[in-house]
Amino acid sequence: MPGKLKAKIVAGRHLPVMDRASDLTDAFVEVKFGNTTFKTDVCPKSLNPQWNSEWFKFEVDDEDLQDEPLQITVLDHDTYSANDAIGKVYIDIDPLLYSEAASVISGWFPIYDTIHGIRGEINVIVKVELFNDLNRFRQSSCGVKFFCTTCIPQCYRATLVHGFVEELVVNEDPEYQWIDRIRTPRASNEARQRLISLMSGELQRKIGLKVLEMGGNAVVGYLQCFDLEGESGLVVRAIGTACTLDKLSSGSAPNTNTHMHPNTAPASNACNSPSKDGKESPLAHGCRSTHNSPVHSVCSSQRLSQNFSVSVPTLIFTGMGSGGSAGKEAGPLRTLLRQQTQTALEQREFPFFTLTSFPPGFLLHVGGVVSARSVKLLDRIHNPDEPETRDAWWEEIRQEIKSHARALGCHAVVGYSESTSICEEVCILSASGTAAILNPRYMREGCLDIGCTDHRFEDPSPPSCGFCHIPYDELNMPFPAQLTYCYHCRRQKVPDVLFTTIDLPSEAAVAGKGCLIQARLCRLKKKAQGETNATAISNLLPFMEYELHTQLMNKLKLRSMNALFGLHIQISVGENMLLGLASATGVYLTALPAPGGIQIAGKTPGDLSNEHISSIQKRINDTIAVNKELYQINPPKLFALDPEVFCGINMELAEEGVGSPIPEPRHRSRLFRSHSESSDELSELDLSHGKKDAFVLEIDDTDAVEDIHSLLIDAPPPTGFYSCNTENMPGISNWTSGVQMFTSVRVLRLSNANLTNQGLNKIFTDLCENLLKSFYFKLRSMIPCCLCHLNFTVAVPEEELIQVTVTAVAMTYDKEQTQEKTAEKPVNKGSLEAEEQLQFPLELCADSSSSNIQTASKISGVAESTNISPRVSSLERCSPLQEGRSRSLRSSRSFGGSSVTVVKMTPLSFLPGIRIIKYLGIINMFFIRETTSLREEGGVSGFLHSFIAEVFAMVRAHVAALGGNAVVSYSMKECVFMENPNKNQAQCLINVSGDAVICISETDQESSASTANTGQTGGGGTDGAT
Amino acid sequence: MSVELDVFVGNTTIMDEEVYQLWLDGYTVNDAVKVRMEGGVMDECEASKDVLLSDTMDQYRTFQMCERLLHSPAKLANQLLFQIPPHRQIMLIERYYAFDDTFVREVLGKKLSKGTKKDLDDISAKTGVTLKSCRRQFDNFKRVFKVVEELKGPLVENIRQHFLLSDKLARDYAAIVFFANNRFETGKRKLQYLSFQDFAFCAGQLISNWTVGAVGEYNMVEDMDVDLDKEFLQELKELKILITDKDLLDQHKSLVCTALRGKTKVFPEMETSFKNLSRGLINIAAKLTNTKDVRDFFIDLVEKFIEPCRSDRWTAADMKLYLTHYTNSAHILDTFKHQVVWDRYMGVVKSCIFKMYHD
Repeated sequence: MPGKLKAKIVAGRHLPVMDRASDLTDAFVEVKFGNTTFKTDVCPKSLNPQWNSEWFKFEVDDEDLQDEPLQITVLDHDTYSANDAIGKVYIDIDPLLYSEAASVISGWFPIYDTIHGIRGEINVIVKVELFNDLNRFRQSSCGVKFFCTTCIPQCYRATLVHGFVEELVVNEDPEYQWIDRIRTPRASNEARQRLISLMSGELQRKIGLKVLEMGGNAVVGYLQCFDLEGESGLVVRAIGTACTLDKLSSGSAPNTNTHMHPNTAPASNACNSPSKDGKESPLAHGCRSTHNSPVHSVCSSQRLSQNFSVSVPTLIFTGMGSGGSAGKEAGPLRTLLRQQTQTALEQREFPFFTLTSFPPGFLLHVGGVVSARSVKLLDRIHNPDEPETRDAWWEEIRQEIKSHARALGCHAVVGYSESTSICEEVCILSASGTAAILNPRYMREGCLDIGCTDHRFEDPSPPSCGFCHIPYDELNMPFPAQLTYCYHCRRQKVPDVLFTTIDLPSEAAVAGKGCLIQARLCRLKKKAQGETNATAISNLLPFMEYELHTQLMNKLKLRSMNALFGLHIQISVGENMLLGLASATGVYLTALPAPGGIQIAGKTPGDLSNEHISSIQKRINDTIAVNKELYQINPPKLFALDPEVFCGINMELAEEGVGSPIPEPRHRSRLFRSHSESSDELSELDLSHGKKDAFVLEIDDTDAVEDIHSLLIDAPPPTGFYSCNTENMPGISNWTSGVQMFTSVRVLRLSNANLTNQGLNKIFTDLCENLLKSFYFKLRSMIPCCLCHLNFTVAVPEEELIQVTVTAVAMTYDKEQTQEKTAEKPVNKGSLEAEEQLQFPLELCADSSSSNIQTASKISGVAESTNISPRVSSLERCSPLQEGRSRSLRSSRSFGGSSVTVVKMTPLSFLPGIRIIKYLGIINMFFIRETTSLREEGGVSGFLHSFIAEVFAMVRAHVAALGGNAVVSYSMKECVFMENPNKNQAQCLINVSGDAVICISETDQESSASTANTGQTGGGGTDGAT
Repeated sequence: MSVELDVFVGNTTIMDEEVYQLWLDGYTVNDAVKVRMEGGVMDECEASKDVLLSDTMDQYRTFQMCERLLHSPAKLANQLLFQIPPHRQIMLIERYYAFDDTFVREVLGKKLSKGTKKDLDDISAKTGVTLKSCRRQFDNFKRVFKVVEELKGPLVENIRQHFLLSDKLARDYAAIVFFANNRFETGKRKLQYLSFQDFAFCAGQLISNWTVGAVGEYNMVEDMDVDLDKEFLQELKELKILITDKDLLDQHKSLVCTALRGKTKVFPEMETSFKNLSRGLINIAAKLTNTKDVRDFFIDLVEKFIEPCRSDRWTAADMKLYLTHYTNSAHILDTFKHQVVWDRYMGVVKSCIFKMYHD
């Protein structure tokens, strides 16, 4: 019996009136875990009942603790008829299962009903006593920490990055079971919510097991997704990066206790984590999840052949052209270092990392974006315990990604993510990432000890530009690219343009500011069924990728930038169209050559004199000039020198320099919007401009004119605003405290049946642009401000509907100091320095921490938990009894106050000016809301507006109950909206996730001046938490 | 092509004060957009009409969702649905409960019943306040009335705590509740020149001097600040001696005239109208035991006192001088034994008349 779960129902408030006659409610509560149910007494005639129940105790396996949620149902007692349900609260108790996180869940939770929404609140206290019976760890993986954050979390240090973990579980969707015909919508929704909660619990547990097997103790960049496959079932899948994390103990968690035990070495903190346990007693791998092991049998591929599937050959290289299918193997490896890494990584089946930012020195070179898509036909999942088909599908895609990365001369993929788009029985699976070469140091066990840190500087390339240097062999390039010597170190080659899915490395030298760049595309397709449909879609995909890519490239040039970060391409399938949306943050990397302009060319050379063309040309040139000004792109003077001169200067440094086959402009014609037949003609044209690096757009038909117009349509953000979709805004780092996270959903109905591709493109582009305009307007009071982590999701929920969902955060910054930071930047060169910079001030602040705790506790009672929990963890080992006592001591304090804890939310991994002192566990919540009185609830907008507000409220309540005051790395994974206005009905499903944290304001601290800087760079996530 | 659905939800609820005011004032979304466009908000952030429309709709929806909470403002502080910073909460409440003086003037002293609610169309037409806004204001009055009706303790304090209003607004609501409860007549043509603030001031005077709660010995009685002190009203009858006893009346007059002589231009008028004015004021006092006459208190003050003085062209200073001496002289009358009642009565009447004596 490895665990005892205890729950106490304290009180309710703001309950709805359930008895019309008395205008009151006779409420009682059912508390259910697994198959055990307890009930409180009925509290008669009150809308604010005080139950103050006894402790309900559940004795359960830790496996169940991980899988099951605690289910609390509030009911209205009725003497004569059945009791009416008021609503439910599901509490995920996972955060209580590892000692470093929360020790008690206590607070007011909104009582939620899938038909009526939030109906009052209930005050609950939940605790878990885990018996540390280590030998019995079999099915459970209690203690493995999960983080949604895609960087090493603040206040932790990664001693080892183990690599990719993935898992998926499948089940039948209750909505499509036969029983759904006879049960109420409420029952059906609740069955679904419960099932998904169970499945995500199971999934997390299984991933945890894999992490323990690898010897890790945490999953970072945990990304969990649902595939609602309709008839064919429900898939919950997750990927993440297994790591061994060490808590930066003394400094990071400012509590007096750690000061009392100064002898405790930081490393010993890891003892609490089960990873150690795992090593001590090698796990009995009796997992029943053997079928999930990444090694697939022949059998599964046979099964696969029964299904129809089309693998779409896609590969986007570093900005140059669409290479068609996978390129050739890269040439001989250049350095010994790389060989080392290669072997370290080759042991892994998938050297993938879901992280998007890394400790300095981790990332050596970046090759470019690799992506793969595949179109599948869904069939019913017959046996939920055998999800092999889905596993095989993903396996296939990952293999493709891996081979793409190899073609780029890279052994790893970073910033890796997977997604699906489903329409009826067609499913597009997509995966993308950035091919990269990593420092092997982080891969090998025992290599990260203090003695080893010096090795870091063996890295031959200076860190600030190293990642830009090409990883592939220039004599044997997988695709045409124009290489030049690095504008920073002048020793190695760099491409002219760099596309990546990761965040801008903190050490990168940047000129000016970054900006959000989006490519949008609609493609009509004929309605079809089955294989015909899938074939049609897969035929369209490469063209869409190609066009999106061209658009991105053009827009990048138009902004006078040369690199894209955080590139995310989403292709969404509907019955009669495909939508493509690519978002990225453009930036000017000073290590890369300055981008050339865009040249407009007519169909024949004679057209050049055409006034029309020259007017367009002028507009483009003007736009480029305006953008340069706008984004303050003034690269240092040094780089204004002719690149050719550089080559000459550096001849002796790199022998091949002179002879290096810098591609002729001819190769560049690959990117022209028309196809190869015109390439010869174009290259001539190109030369006639006499400007080698100019990008040429050919106007050969009206479509082309449209395209160019749409290029110019993108309005720059109004004065005072910047935007990006990455964690860091290139060029801005002096954030002030204003933070506003928001979600916006817009659905457009296309009434015109005879739309052309062009017309659709325009509509779709306008939709996205208008959304941005709306944000700017709404947030105008925050100027100067930056919209960060703008995450657009598109969907085609019905035949004539386009849905765009955006989540982002607006952050204010100090306009005056913008320049300073850029100058400071190169300071953070080595990771060792960064580490010291980080730890040192943190230790300093620990001294002033006691005063902080007092101030913090006044606000929310939050600091109590930080104060006591470390003691708890140390006591845990000696006697569980005492631990229980100490936990209950503090719990009594947490409620009673009427004011609501302010919970900040952000999709970023940090909050400006605020330091995260503790991670409390992940929040992963799934809600369904349905209505049969759509008009009465204010129509679809009113319905969704209140639902999103309710979801926010529930997330905040759970975080507050854990003792937290913020959610970082928040994201809305899913927002599926369905309506039937004729029946006055609508339904919506929302899935959100994030990391619950406790954070304190940096300005409270005496050493604020020194910490502010480090804290912020740390907040950026890259160098902070090494 | 049409926007089917359009929502924007912030973790911290975004509320534009200008739009809130338009919503409170009962503007439709389209009208509000027009007003905002004219206000020049479009120049900020290069917004278009669509942007403005979308924003206005979002905000209107938010306000509608918040309205339920605003009905019991204490809930706003501990609800979980909207994360609103405390200072914004205060703004929301204060503005929601704010009212138009022109509107309140129309319903002041009327029964807050369904009947009155039906007349809101007319009031809306008359005052130019939109019907929607009229309804909100009326419902606010009614809600406050209903809540404080059942509470013990001081009226203003109850309103302030229960509805989290500023002191000023709580006092205004106390006045409205007090007027509605005692059904004071305020609608007559002769009273039209008085503003709500005039009445609110008078209500404050009455509440703090003439009600049960004013005496101080009863601290926690229901309606202590709403009902007039019956005992006191009974005692007021004793003041009649000042006009029924001929000697006393003459004596009073000569004392007042001696004090006033040479101090004002309108002295002759004062001298001639003394007996009339004194009778007027004392008769008002003596009749206050009748509920009907309580209702006519203000109209009586105007008819019996303010109008005669005004036709004699007294200035406000004259009025002040006269009433001060009129009140004080009564203390010197040896045979007049009801000094306490006299002061309690004249104190209020004096300050009410000061407030009401204007054009």
